[in-house]
Amino acid sequence: MMHTQEKDIILQVSGIGKRFGGVAAVSNVDLDVYRHETLAIIGPNGAGKTTFYNLLSGRMQPSSGRIVYEGRDITGMPPHEISRLGISRSFQINNIFEEMTVRENVEVAVTALRGEGRRWNNLASRNRSVQADADELLERLSLSELAHQRAGVISYGDKRLVEIAVVLATQPKLVLLDEPTAGMTPDETQRVVNLVKSLRESGDYTFLITEHDMNVVFGLADRILVMHRGQKLVLGTPEEVRAHPEVRRAYLGTADEEMTT
Amino acid sequence: MVSHEKTMNANRAEQATGSAQVRQAGASPNMTRGAWVVGALVLILLVALPWVAPYFYIFIATEVLILGLLAASFNLIFGYTGMLSFGHAAFFGIGSYAVAMLLQAYQWPLLACLLAAVVVATVLALVIGFFCVRLNEVYFAMLTLAFGMMVFSIAHQWRSVTNGSDGIAGFSVTSFGLGLDLQLGNPSVYYHVVLVIVLLAAALLYLICRSSFGLILRAIRQNPERVAFCGINVRAYRLASFTVAGAFAGLAGGLMAPFLRIASPELLHWSMSAEPVLMTILGGSGYFLGPFVGAGMFVLLEAWITSMTQAWMLVLGIILAFMVMFFRRGLLGTVLDWIQERK
Amino acid sequence: MGSLGLALLDSLDIGLLLFIIAVGLNIVFGVLNVINFAHGALYMLGAYLAFSCINGLGMPFWLTLLVAPLGVAVLAVLVDRLMLRFVYQREVTDSLLLTFALLLILNESVRMIWGTGIHVVEPPELLRGTVNLPGGIRYPLYSLFVILAGGIVLFGLWFLFNKTRAGKIMRAAALDRDMAQVLCINTRLVITGVFAFGAWLAAVGGVVAAPMRAIDPGMGDKIIIESFIVVVIGGLGSFPGALLGAIVLGLIHGLGGRFLPEINLMLPFVGMAIVLLLKPHGLLGRRASL
Repeated sequence: MMHTQEKDIILQVSGIGKRFGGVAAVSNVDLDVYRHETLAIIGPNGAGKTTFYNLLSGRMQPSSGRIVYEGRDITGMPPHEISRLGISRSFQINNIFEEMTVRENVEVAVTALRGEGRRWNNLASRNRSVQADADELLERLSLSELAHQRAGVISYGDKRLVEIAVVLATQPKLVLLDEPTAGMTPDETQRVVNLVKSLRESGDYTFLITEHDMNVVFGLADRILVMHRGQKLVLGTPEEVRAHPEVRRAYLGTADEEMTT
Repeated sequence: MVSHEKTMNANRAEQATGSAQVRQAGASPNMTRGAWVVGALVLILLVALPWVAPYFYIFIATEVLILGLLAASFNLIFGYTGMLSFGHAAFFGIGSYAVAMLLQAYQWPLLACLLAAVVVATVLALVIGFFCVRLNEVYFAMLTLAFGMMVFSIAHQWRSVTNGSDGIAGFSVTSFGLGLDLQLGNPSVYYHVVLVIVLLAAALLYLICRSSFGLILRAIRQNPERVAFCGINVRAYRLASFTVAGAFAGLAGGLMAPFLRIASPELLHWSMSAEPVLMTILGGSGYFLGPFVGAGMFVLLEAWITSMTQAWMLVLGIILAFMVMFFRRGLLGTVLDWIQERK
Repeated sequence: MGSLGLALLDSLDIGLLLFIIAVGLNIVFGVLNVINFAHGALYMLGAYLAFSCINGLGMPFWLTLLVAPLGVAVLAVLVDRLMLRFVYQREVTDSLLLTFALLLILNESVRMIWGTGIHVVEPPELLRGTVNLPGGIRYPLYSLFVILAGGIVLFGLWFLFNKTRAGKIMRAAALDRDMAQVLCINTRLVITGVFAFGAWLAAVGGVVAAPMRAIDPGMGDKIIIESFIVVVIGGLGSFPGALLGAIVLGLIHGLGGRFLPEINLMLPFVGMAIVLLLKPHGLLGRRASL
């Protein structure tokens, strides 16, 4: 899975925290993410996973701490600048352009990547290079058949895939997937897992994945970060996490059973 | 494995097509051909108007063209970029004043005056836009109204420059420019000049709307956050959209001054800003030609209703309310939507 | 010194009246996420109704202060039930368009019903004349009443929001409408109630302002721009912001009116622009940008 010689750190999070009034959604999280690894973040609802993502992607300003990406301090940077540096995230709730076709969705991201948004005197519908890139990505995600369907009317699972396509279209180096398989059928889930695996083989990607589906987590993760009440509970390999007594305690009930399989 | 994947894809496409409201993004060949035919007919009619219609309609048509351009420029901000501006008249009015002042003081050729109008309106749009685009849509609506009224107040108070509430009149259009000798005082000639300029401007605006820039604007309207996460500085694009729209509004205003033979503060009031809003809602904000259709509806409605009652604004308000509540896509919008769905 | 004192009193007078009106705008926004463009027209309607009640029906001022705002509130309930309910679930721009349409309707209706001329209402017997204040200032008694009325509204609202159940419900609905629904708070009722309450406040402002100002069909436009400036300076959705913004604008008018009369009309806009540059969300506002 992970190449042992590439232990260089792509993302360094130190003491990151976010307070809303008196409530700390995230507090004092330290994390080093290695390049090319797949790091899963798990935790019960309300553990602060999405807030953590919001902080990393610039959607929210941290109340404390620093985020360093490829040696560069990106704490407090606006989302579009962070995206340009190569961090891309998907959302828990589908966040695509429902009125546009599937291909147009990807074209927007590709247009943004190539800086072609400035072109006011061309026809977007004839922009061959952008379309070619979009088609290639759709092909990769098996979405080509749906290229000309309006994104608002396709199935939920396909919408999630479009979301992932848009995320990948900006050619990120660090990909934050927020519950990518939420609401998907087992078939669709497997497709996402296969997709991540094939992307890892062929590209320069580092993945952060929040998930509730433990099969996905244990199938993909090199390391797992367990969050609880906004804090880092455990960070380690899947085996270490499985065996950890505090994790079992935090995840009472069904999750506990899942962990023991 | 490969064939299994392909079958799955085909099934999914079928499922999607089977569901209720699928709209193909590209128009089918039949519809495009039909659209071209209709367009050609309309164009012929427009050119031939002074010779086939009663004299009065030349004035109506000129007004529709100018206000149509104004409404189309508004729709760049509203229908395409998703921002509701209640101060668009500021750019329209300042374009009018620019042309009126230049004609009165220096008798420049019309083309030069129009160019100046566009420049002035662009600068004003850049300044006002800078303040307004940084905040969300509610603030934006509020601020554009406030800044628009600020410009109105300046025009109203600054007697020494703008002649206050009397406005600037007593100018005439003599030459057009480019060495063309045109009788601009003749309404029929002026109508054709306006027709050509508006057609060219609309074509340029349409190109902008269909460009990659336009694609990003449309994306911003639907989901500004997603666009930001693709690496786009949304604020900069909104400001660009606002400024371009202001430029076209200034051009429209510039064309209006010789038509009305006066530039007055009323052109800057929020009630003037309401007109492109209403026209766009009437025609439909979802299609490029919607505002033009709306302008036609508006001018005809106005002519008809003001002949019967003084309470034109009241009727306007009721119509706007009705359209927003029940016919949000507008006339052209509803018709085109219906055509699309039947395919 | 006397001049400064007068200017400050003017500021308080104008400021608190503006507060009454702007706070209604803010409350409606806070709970409904909508700026009611017709808010100024509702204020104007309050003033015109006061005129009709006092001059037309011979009602005493105090009774008018009770009746006229209630009438406007009833109208607001109708508007909400018959118009706004269609657009609440849609994008916010549709609500903005609808309140704008309402503005056009109300403006013209007022013109049609009461004509385009200026109407005048006298202050009630009890509050006529001037009063001698320390520092050698003579000040209209009615203006002092306006200041008092503003203070009462301020205190009343503070009490409402912090000490009563209704106020807490409104604050809850403002923070999270979906959550409020889950908690079985009747959101429909809250929405209509808040909208009507905002209209009621605007109309109270109108009735209070009526004896002080010329009642003309343009007063609604003037006040809505002023309210916008108040809300921008103070911060949209913020109750203390509305007060701060109103005081600031009151100071601009009061001091500007006495000492810088030529540019007095531009000063509020300049003030707004400065605040926008330095603190885009207003002096006390919540985060409002994308």
